[in-house]
Amino acid sequence: MPSNTPLSPTHFVAPLDETPLVAVDKVSISERKSNLYLDAWRDVRGRVLFYVAGAVIILILVVALFPSLFTSIDPKYCNLDLSNAGPGAGHLLGSTFQGCDIYSRIIYGAGTSLSVGFIVTVLVTIIGVVIGAVAGFYGGWVDAVLSRIGDIFFSIPYILAAVVIMSLFAAYRNVWTLSLAIGIFAWPSVARILRGQILSVKNADYVTSATALGVSRFKILVKHVLPNSVAPVIVITTIGLAGAIVAESTLSFLGVGLGSDSISWGNEISNAQTQLRTDPSNLIYPSIALSITVLAFILMGEVVRDALDPKARARR
Amino acid sequence: MVWYILRRLLQLIPVFFGATLLIYFMVFALPGDPIAALGGDRGLSPALADQLRAQYHLDQPFIVQYFIYLGGIFTGNLGTSFSGQPVSQILAATFPVTLRLTILAVIIESIAGILIGLVSGLRKGKLFDASALVVSLLLISIPIFVIGFVSQFIFGIQLKWVNPTVGDGAPWKDLILPAFVLASISFAYIVRLTRSSVIENLNEDYVRTATAKGLGRRRVIRVHILRNSMIPVVTYIGTDFGTLIVGATVTEGIFNVPGVGRTLYQAIIRGEGPTVVSFVTVMVIIYVVFNLLIDLLYGLLDPRIRYAK
Amino acid sequence: MSDTSARATISGSSLAATPLLEISNLNVGFTTQRGVVPAVNGVNFTIMPGETVAIVGESGSGKSTTAHAIIGLLPGTGKVTGGQILFDGIDLATATEKKLEEVRGNLIGFVPQDPMSNLNPVLNIGFQVQETLVANGKATRGKDAKAKAITVLQQAGLGDAEHRLRQYPHQFSGGMRQRVLIGIGLSSTPKLLIADEPTSALDVTVQRTILDHLAGLTREAGTAVLFITHDLGLAAERAEKLIVMYKGKIVESGPSVEILQNPQHPYTQRLVAAAPSLASRRIQSSSRPLATLDYVAPSIAGDVDLIATAEAHAEHTPVTKTLVPSIVVKDLTKVFQINTGKLQRQPFTAVDQVSFTIAKGTTTALVGESGSGKSTVARLILKLDEATSGSITVDGEDVAKLKGRELLALRRRMQPVFQDPFGSLDPLYNIGSTIAEPLVTHKVGGRKEQRARVLELLDQVALPTALADRYPNELSGGQRQRVAIARALALKPDIVILDEAVSALDVLVQAQILALLSELQSELDLTYLFITHDLAVVRLVADNVCVMQKGKIVEAAATDEVFGNPKQEYTKELLAAIPGAGIQLAV
Repeated sequence: MPSNTPLSPTHFVAPLDETPLVAVDKVSISERKSNLYLDAWRDVRGRVLFYVAGAVIILILVVALFPSLFTSIDPKYCNLDLSNAGPGAGHLLGSTFQGCDIYSRIIYGAGTSLSVGFIVTVLVTIIGVVIGAVAGFYGGWVDAVLSRIGDIFFSIPYILAAVVIMSLFAAYRNVWTLSLAIGIFAWPSVARILRGQILSVKNADYVTSATALGVSRFKILVKHVLPNSVAPVIVITTIGLAGAIVAESTLSFLGVGLGSDSISWGNEISNAQTQLRTDPSNLIYPSIALSITVLAFILMGEVVRDALDPKARARR
Repeated sequence: MVWYILRRLLQLIPVFFGATLLIYFMVFALPGDPIAALGGDRGLSPALADQLRAQYHLDQPFIVQYFIYLGGIFTGNLGTSFSGQPVSQILAATFPVTLRLTILAVIIESIAGILIGLVSGLRKGKLFDASALVVSLLLISIPIFVIGFVSQFIFGIQLKWVNPTVGDGAPWKDLILPAFVLASISFAYIVRLTRSSVIENLNEDYVRTATAKGLGRRRVIRVHILRNSMIPVVTYIGTDFGTLIVGATVTEGIFNVPGVGRTLYQAIIRGEGPTVVSFVTVMVIIYVVFNLLIDLLYGLLDPRIRYAK
Repeated sequence: MSDTSARATISGSSLAATPLLEISNLNVGFTTQRGVVPAVNGVNFTIMPGETVAIVGESGSGKSTTAHAIIGLLPGTGKVTGGQILFDGIDLATATEKKLEEVRGNLIGFVPQDPMSNLNPVLNIGFQVQETLVANGKATRGKDAKAKAITVLQQAGLGDAEHRLRQYPHQFSGGMRQRVLIGIGLSSTPKLLIADEPTSALDVTVQRTILDHLAGLTREAGTAVLFITHDLGLAAERAEKLIVMYKGKIVESGPSVEILQNPQHPYTQRLVAAAPSLASRRIQSSSRPLATLDYVAPSIAGDVDLIATAEAHAEHTPVTKTLVPSIVVKDLTKVFQINTGKLQRQPFTAVDQVSFTIAKGTTTALVGESGSGKSTVARLILKLDEATSGSITVDGEDVAKLKGRELLALRRRMQPVFQDPFGSLDPLYNIGSTIAEPLVTHKVGGRKEQRARVLELLDQVALPTALADRYPNELSGGQRQRVAIARALALKPDIVILDEAVSALDVLVQAQILALLSELQSELDLTYLFITHDLAVVRLVADNVCVMQKGKIVEAAATDEVFGNPKQEYTKELLAAIPGAGIQLAV
């Protein structure tokens, strides 16, 4: 064997040199290391949107941290003579009804809006990740209890909850209470997503292998399960940050945001609504600042999602 | 299906009690005298304070208070607003308007969203898709009250196509612009969600098999792609009810629509704590029930859910 | 199988009509960022009316792409870049979409690979059958379509068809769904049926009945069949003509039996040598002892021949040594509580009074179809689950009683390798850290020693040491399984539990891994519990076999005994289902 018996006329054999054999399961070491996060990072670095959104976010962060670099006008200095004045010397975007400098108030408002965004995001991520991880990984009655608690918090739309909290705690309106009011009801979506991810990861063979090695449950959760489950959380927290900034402005618009003495984009827009017919610029400029910021975070979220979710990458 | 409904109803019970308890708890977690705090900055007249004290049964232990309040919800006794009108009466007057507004908005956002999302998904990467993507991202980024004000300014004040505010009795034609505004955010999400599920469905094996068995492209799209893509969209519309309520509050405020949202908005502005709590409680209950309905609809659309173990 | 007219055309002597399908110089490419990547390269073949032709190849050989190209259903960016697909006088490669729509379903039926994903989950079965009939003009909407749909399902071998029409795909088993798909594919009595791995997702016994049924239906109607499969034995058993594809090209084609008996191309020789079904068949039909067995010698260095593997294994088997029991399982039972969906739970006995003993240094295979409880046994032995009753003793120690430090010591002596090559390694751990995890967990050696051990293990499983700081993403399925084996061996265990460890791999890779396992066993004196659904593989590697069915062991004996003289009907059925039964092989 192979024997020399004559082949039947329909028996075709391709010449060997046409398709030379390659060793079975040959190891080819690629040029680049590749895992989810390395690939995502490479993907992200190749996208223009990442740099655009990143640059805008960094600019806004710098504005928020060092507003005095961008304007020398005191946002709280208002001159009623300038009420609703158009752009002019020293007042790039004109003045508000109260005669305050619109540009300066936008610059100083950035810090407030971003603080709320970041505090809410940190809060939501911590609560959501801990609850989602424990519920998904430990399962059983722990999961049942935590999931029901999540359902309860989820059943109260977080802005409505914040409306209630802020209208009840009218005497304590500041960045921290506002963030707490938003965050305390916004975590269930993070917890749900992470729980779902963990459920699909925790039965993977590598988790079972680790168990069979005698790795402790907690170590398995931290070292194997969480790193493989958090990608979607990273995506929704980036987008959620934008959501929190919008929530702040919505609550301010509804009159239950920050106190009227603090400067935030939401307050600026809210205060400007009465002059919409006479001087729309009062409303337009802070809205543009707000929308650009939100857009930057949403775009960043999109870029991150495309990079971390192979399905999303295929959809591009 | 019967077992599915039963299971969902059972799951609803803890959510219902939990949510109402939570809201009630928030009221009483207030530091200091809750009644004084409820009055906000303006303070309360002694008569009103007494009335509130009676309404919330503050002399009773917390859990008893809660059950009395819960009993009130079931019997339709939701307390009275600062103006002395029963909250249930205000609700009865304003709810139909809000219902019309939100139904109009849901129709607009789902029809437009699903259609545009479908075309986008089928023409992935083409000009239509790219434009839809840009528009939806912009809509997501601009807060609804800005969209509201700007469209009120442009269509109502500058172009005078519609009345800038809604007239008496909230005629349908006046509700169109507010409904579009209200629909705008969710519209963007529905476009994106439909697009991504259409693209995923296009790659499903059963879609290829449907083509292989000789179906025409239109039928494959209509029966196998569109139908399957609607399932996540329906779920989304369900969970999005929160956005809709908040959106309704904002749009009703802007366009002066005499609905639940505007009343809530005014109660907030006036600092009428008890009214806000009552309204939110009712909205949460509606939300929970609405979610149940969506879940049942989901069960109808997806037999795997219906028969799931 | 053998339709006489079809036979005639193969032998070339008949005046048979023009071919039904004539593919000439077909080229298919996929557009990627780096340009067009060819997937099918200059393929030529013909199918005569009523003939059954099989395309055999590994994953990535272009066999499915060829099939999809015929009906114009190439996935993604795939495009026919050259050549002709003449079907009944029409060139399908250049036909309009409208023309293709007429051909699909009506003239060419298609049975897809995975029954789980090929029926729309939200539409009932009746709807999906009826719309096919209506679209192909075989029925009018309404009562007529319903009546004909019932006939289709009955012909496909589904009982109670009328009731079935109203059910949804998830209420069907895999085999039943495949019957529905076959029914749909044949519903318009097409001239050609393309069956793309129609049964690879199913249990062997189900596979056999379904293929028998399919063969019956197509023979009756005179339908030609293009059968796509990775299993050479199955292909030869089911088709008169074989086409072997490798890297997008046909390397050999011709009469099935002749190709199996007298493979000419080195690649075909490789496949013949590596196919477990054929190898086990060959051992089976030979009365001679393994050592003198005649087989196709691998022609390329590094190739694996399964018979050689089996032979090496047979030599190693310590028949002469005294057998010391390593694992003793006694009356093992595991009952799960299953949610019924009706707000109550029902007990389900996954493992029922199972007893067996594995001697040190030997391999015991636990064979059974899906749901037989074999993997649950593995989990119980590994103490990943608690048994409901019964006992497991490992080297004299009762596993159930072990806790803390003692349990850790047991884990050190007993390691698993699991099935899914894509799930067995943490994608975020590099290969070195993965293999080192056991050492780190059990605090064996310092960093330097651990690193040295990792490199040694990589070498042992024949992987380059440079892989240590690479990630699982970069490896093939077979390479991942090697890493999983290296990790299992890191702590120098005595016992390795292989839970379907080679089932997901291509035949050639599977043969390689089997050879590696066999080598490691003789080198390190390992005891294997080999869990599989594939009896053919068992024949090659196991000393003893336990056949499981519905949680019970129905037959347990030495491998030769089970294969030579099966006592139970179920075992006989399983044996008969190994593809290639009817083939005379030159041995």
